[in-house]
Amino acid sequence: MKAICWEGVSEVAVEEVPDPQMYNKQDMIVKVKLSSVCGSDLHQLNGFIPTMRAGDVIGHEFLGEVVETGSEVRRHNVGDRVVVCSVIACGRCWFCEQGLFSDCDNSNTNPGIPEMMWGQSPAGIFGYSHAMGGFRGSHAEYTRIPFADYTAFTVPDGVDDATAVFASDSAPTGWMGADLGEVKQGDVVAVWGAGAVGQMAAQSAMLKGAARVIVMDRFDYRLDMAAHHLGVETLNYEETDIDAELRERSDGRGPDVCIEAVGLESHTPNPVAYRWEQVKQQTRVLEQDRPHSLRQAIISCRKGGMVYVLGVFVGMIDKFPMGALMNKGLTMRSAQQHGERYIPMLLERMARGEFKTAHLMTHPMPLSEGPRGYDLFKNKKDGCVRAVFHPDGDGRVTRE
Amino acid sequence: MGVIGAAVAGVVVNRIMSARNRNLWPMATIAQDRRHARWHVVTINKSPEEVAPGGRLPEPLAKLGDEVEVQVNRAVGDRGTALAARLRHEPTGVAATAARVAGTDPRQRVRVALRESKQLIETGEILQPEKVSTVKRTLTGLPVDFAVSRARGEGRL
Ligand SMILES: NC(=O)c1ccc[n+]([C@@H]2O[C@H](COP(=O)([O-])OP(=O)(O)OC[C@H]3O[C@@H](n4cnc5c(N)ncnc54)[C@H](O)[C@@H]3O)[C@@H](O)[C@H]2O)c1
Ligand SMILES: [Zn+2]
Ligand SMILES: [Zn+2]
Repeated sequence: MKAICWEGVSEVAVEEVPDPQMYNKQDMIVKVKLSSVCGSDLHQLNGFIPTMRAGDVIGHEFLGEVVETGSEVRRHNVGDRVVVCSVIACGRCWFCEQGLFSDCDNSNTNPGIPEMMWGQSPAGIFGYSHAMGGFRGSHAEYTRIPFADYTAFTVPDGVDDATAVFASDSAPTGWMGADLGEVKQGDVVAVWGAGAVGQMAAQSAMLKGAARVIVMDRFDYRLDMAAHHLGVETLNYEETDIDAELRERSDGRGPDVCIEAVGLESHTPNPVAYRWEQVKQQTRVLEQDRPHSLRQAIISCRKGGMVYVLGVFVGMIDKFPMGALMNKGLTMRSAQQHGERYIPMLLERMARGEFKTAHLMTHPMPLSEGPRGYDLFKNKKDGCVRAVFHPDGDGRVTRE
Repeated sequence: MGVIGAAVAGVVVNRIMSARNRNLWPMATIAQDRRHARWHVVTINKSPEEVAPGGRLPEPLAKLGDEVEVQVNRAVGDRGTALAARLRHEPTGVAATAARVAGTDPRQRVRVALRESKQLIETGEILQPEKVSTVKRTLTGLPVDFAVSRARGEGRL
């Protein structure tokens, strides 16, 4: 079958690879209908995710049709249309029972690697390096789904593919930011990053009753999209002092909840400072992750407020404003997304038309155009927010 | 000590309570007790009766036979069961380092057996990694291959 593979830094290619197989009774095989790019893939592409290997199939935000089920799969049948959580979860360990699905104890088949890097092993993730289990990704004609009863969800009839595919990763990630960030009625919420993740976090904050939601980025096309489709306020950080702006928009207090949806490749508006961060990151010794937007979130947040980190970080960062965090009494939380906790609820909201996602799919295209899709997405060309691959088709996607 | 060898596994469950009552839990680590190997422990989200029904040890651990001593206790805070194992003879010094490098360290076998026991009991199966690899052998990929070859054992490769 055809698949999009990581071949090295800044290199993806469409390759012919063996079809996936089932190895467990709780596995199933899904024929992929739609598979989206994600900001996390860019961290792989740019060489910041360790333990990638040439030939790894990437992609983790996807939807498809069940074509084969293991003998212990109970909740799915051949022919079902399913959206699959990017994070694999067993559903039965203590962490899964607490709703901390991305901390699942049983779904990472290479636990020793993260234990060495981080002390403990989080869950396995599709197409997301050997540290996260080495599972094949979804930019392929078929994908094996481990713990299928817990990791995959049947899509209700009223929800079209273009909407449901984002229930896999970006929508539950954004929801988690607002939910575990404890957004309350009347809060002012600031979101760094107007990619799919930031937009979904902003939408979730609105649905949780925030009085003002302010999304920041430097790409006006992304900010305009957020304002148009979600009705949120926006700020271009290259054109204004965002710390001052956020303070005044929250009546002098600072945002109650700050959601970071940028991650380890944050851009810094001052070109000299930006270059210096890049140099430090390239040494891998001075720092592995560039945390500009995280620092800003901590500085801008109101006293006693919450900083929720959705952006992916891998290693060490330099100049972390611990003094601000401690003296203002902030709470900082973070996670890979606990999608299994939110996907059924999000699908219901999508069916009722309460949760919008389909606008994120700016560039549907055939799988064979993988390298072009990643070029558009990485370089933020042609108004790209999500390039979405269509393995068995011409890239035309039906929308209702 | 409330230590139960795999060979006398029939009495495991009875010993659970007695080990606790006699305040032998948590067990001594190597730092406190240099005469013995370090215990390796995993928490299983099931009761001790489900972990070792009728005193039978989970198969991955039973397979290690007399190589290890095993304890089954209620986990701290009553969060299921603490399944613990330690080698009767642990390599030390140069031999230990050599075993670690060669990938034959028996401590890794113990950790693998604990992980697999936990998976079997919690989920009914041992989750298998991808077997048909799409990966290409490259020079720069060698360190990752090495890490993956040890990645089911203990976290310190
Ligand atoms: N926690 C999770 O489970 C999870 C899930 C999905 C994605 N992610 C992570 O979320 C992050 C965003 O993902 P995405 O798909 O939206 O990526 P994306 O690349 O589409 O969007 C990131 C946006 O951040 C903007 N940005 C860069 N520097 C900034 C700064 N200093 N201030 C404000 N905005 C800035 C960029 O211009 C871009 O628009 C990534 O780090 C990704 O890895 C995490
Ligand atoms: Zn993602
Ligand atoms: Zn689990």
